[in-house]
Amino acid sequence: MLQEGKQALWKEYQKEIADNRYFYVRSCVRQNFFPASEATFLKIITEELGKDIYEHPSHTSCSGIGYHTDVIPFETTMTMVARQFALMTEAGYPNLVPSCITSFGLYTEVLDTWHHFPEVEARVREHLRKATGREFEKPANIAHASDIIFKLRNEIAAKAKHKLVNHITGKTLRGVEHIGCHYSKMFPQKGIGGAEYPYVLIGMIEAWGGEVVDYPERRHCCGFGFRQYLVKANRGYSVASSKKKFESMEPYKPDFILTNCPGCPYFLDRWQYAIAEMEGTTYGENGMGIPVLTYEELAGLVLGYDPWDLGLQVHQVSVEPLLDKMGISYNPSSKYVGKNGKFLGVPFKPNTLKVC
Amino acid sequence: MSKTVLIIGGGVAGLEASGVLSKLGYTITIVEASDRIGGKLNRWANLFPTQRPAEEVLNYLKFQLDPNTSIITNTKIDDISLGKTQVSATLSNGNCIQADAVLVSTGFEFFDARKKEEYGYKIYENVITSVDLEQIFKDGKELKTSQGKTPKRIGIIHCVGSRDEKVGNTYCSKVCCVTGVKQAIEIKERIPSCEVFNFYMDLRMFDRHFEDIYKKAQVEHHVQFIRGRLSEAFENPDGSVMIKVEDTLLGKPMKMNLDLVVLMVGFVPSSSSVFLKKGLQLETGNDGFFTPADEHYKTVCSNQKGVFFAGACTGPKTIENTITEARAAALEIATYLNQN
Ligand code: SF4
Repeated sequence: MLQEGKQALWKEYQKEIADNRYFYVRSCVRQNFFPASEATFLKIITEELGKDIYEHPSHTSCSGIGYHTDVIPFETTMTMVARQFALMTEAGYPNLVPSCITSFGLYTEVLDTWHHFPEVEARVREHLRKATGREFEKPANIAHASDIIFKLRNEIAAKAKHKLVNHITGKTLRGVEHIGCHYSKMFPQKGIGGAEYPYVLIGMIEAWGGEVVDYPERRHCCGFGFRQYLVKANRGYSVASSKKKFESMEPYKPDFILTNCPGCPYFLDRWQYAIAEMEGTTYGENGMGIPVLTYEELAGLVLGYDPWDLGLQVHQVSVEPLLDKMGISYNPSSKYVGKNGKFLGVPFKPNTLKVC
Repeated sequence: MSKTVLIIGGGVAGLEASGVLSKLGYTITIVEASDRIGGKLNRWANLFPTQRPAEEVLNYLKFQLDPNTSIITNTKIDDISLGKTQVSATLSNGNCIQADAVLVSTGFEFFDARKKEEYGYKIYENVITSVDLEQIFKDGKELKTSQGKTPKRIGIIHCVGSRDEKVGNTYCSKVCCVTGVKQAIEIKERIPSCEVFNFYMDLRMFDRHFEDIYKKAQVEHHVQFIRGRLSEAFENPDGSVMIKVEDTLLGKPMKMNLDLVVLMVGFVPSSSSVFLKKGLQLETGNDGFFTPADEHYKTVCSNQKGVFFAGACTGPKTIENTITEARAAALEIATYLNQN
């Protein structure tokens, strides 16, 4: 692999990312899948880095999943997006920060559609006015939450308590990344590093001391791919997609998988369990899986947050091997103690996949 | 004093037109941006469809040049404008030229394969272009992978940068199909045990002898032709390249590991076209190539009096067609100069 070639491409795909005054829109599924990621993002942005970020209690789903599965017509989707913009306008924030890449892709698509077809924008404004009486201004800047972390990666590195380095051997930890389809495949210019060799997660891993390996099936779908999963009969495609990726990354012996999208960490994490139970195959060390993290979780670990506050106990694949390599201390007995101090119960142990 | 013609571009078209115009008694100045005349022929080992050495054609073109021709290499045109009967050009060496007619023979450039990002040119070590392969042949080097091994399996990918809306080039580059077939044969001649696969959309074997070498590739060399367009390529841990492609005859997607991938890069307009278009107020099509005064019967004339075209500046062409066109342009220029 010729790194200079990639670096030349990365230079071409830079984007403007706002500095401050963010209007945050959450994902509809992440809070169930990886509950602490969004809270961690807000904590890092406000407490660590002192930025102004706001989320409106009335914001809704962007309807992206419905749109991409042909359940919701684009006209309706655009009006819902317009409503989010109206909330942002009312709150007085200029810069939109979606937590979900599908939302990010959708907001970008809607703005691009309006750019090319101003009459559509006028119609959507009329729909919104009629339905809610609201008006809106278009965002001055849209950046996915990972773009913000990317922009601030060196500030995070400056405050790092742990690096992506094996604290015993001194060996650089090795990550593989999965970017998620809607981040830049639709609008390569809107993603850091473009669509084919995106840099947003690589930049974080490198800034925090790690190394990234490019594996052959890096671009392949994580296994979510809405239709593959939402249509029950198609779920074989979903698990097959994830399996293809695991088999492709396994020879590189990655210490972790870093993800960008709400769906990807879920499928890359949970399907490792499913494949182990179905076929007896595991992809990590000693019969375990390869730990899968969201970028907020990884940033949180680097900043020294308690792994259980980051919600890492709800992962199917145990993250302890990674914590041990990074030299992060954790209390195994508080792993399943909830934020309210109540014991949550210990999940059943899988038959094949080894867990801590 | 004889009338003067400025020829912009000293490739196949420019050299041939120059030779004819000199014989007709005109004074010629060739301005060539690179360090030598001959254009792309300098980089090619053998020509389709007969595999004759490119050098033979290059030698012919140089041989028929009049010794009095003024050839200015390593020089660009900084400024150019049309007067009533003359064209004035300021060169990058500071000199000024006045001519009674100008021939635009700026040719083409190869598509920059890096733009087809998903194919990994200049990122994956074993992805090369047809131009790189030809250079290996020309240098007489052995064909090896970047790991120094003799390749066992090579994929030749057609239509790279042509017939592709994603990169903005919807036109066919005409000569890359036959180049792909020629290069497949040349690989097999060097490494008979190597499996060679050509991935094509459809094979445009339009000219004389083209079908013959296509047949030869299959019958004598067992080159395999798979109808399907590459979707993407990846590098395996051992440096080999995994490609994803659909076999559209079988209707099946497939993955294949290759030791070496050769991208058949198409033609794009010369980078000087934009500048010349502005200076000489010429017309270009959506594809960026110059538009002749008439696509059927005035293919070497431009929309401007005294400005003529020859060769690939008006679109992809074979060498044979370029030479024919250069002669036609020379006659057209002579007629124009006689009438004025
Ligand atoms: S000549 Fe063949 S390879 Fe070249 S653009 Fe046309 S169809 Fe594609």
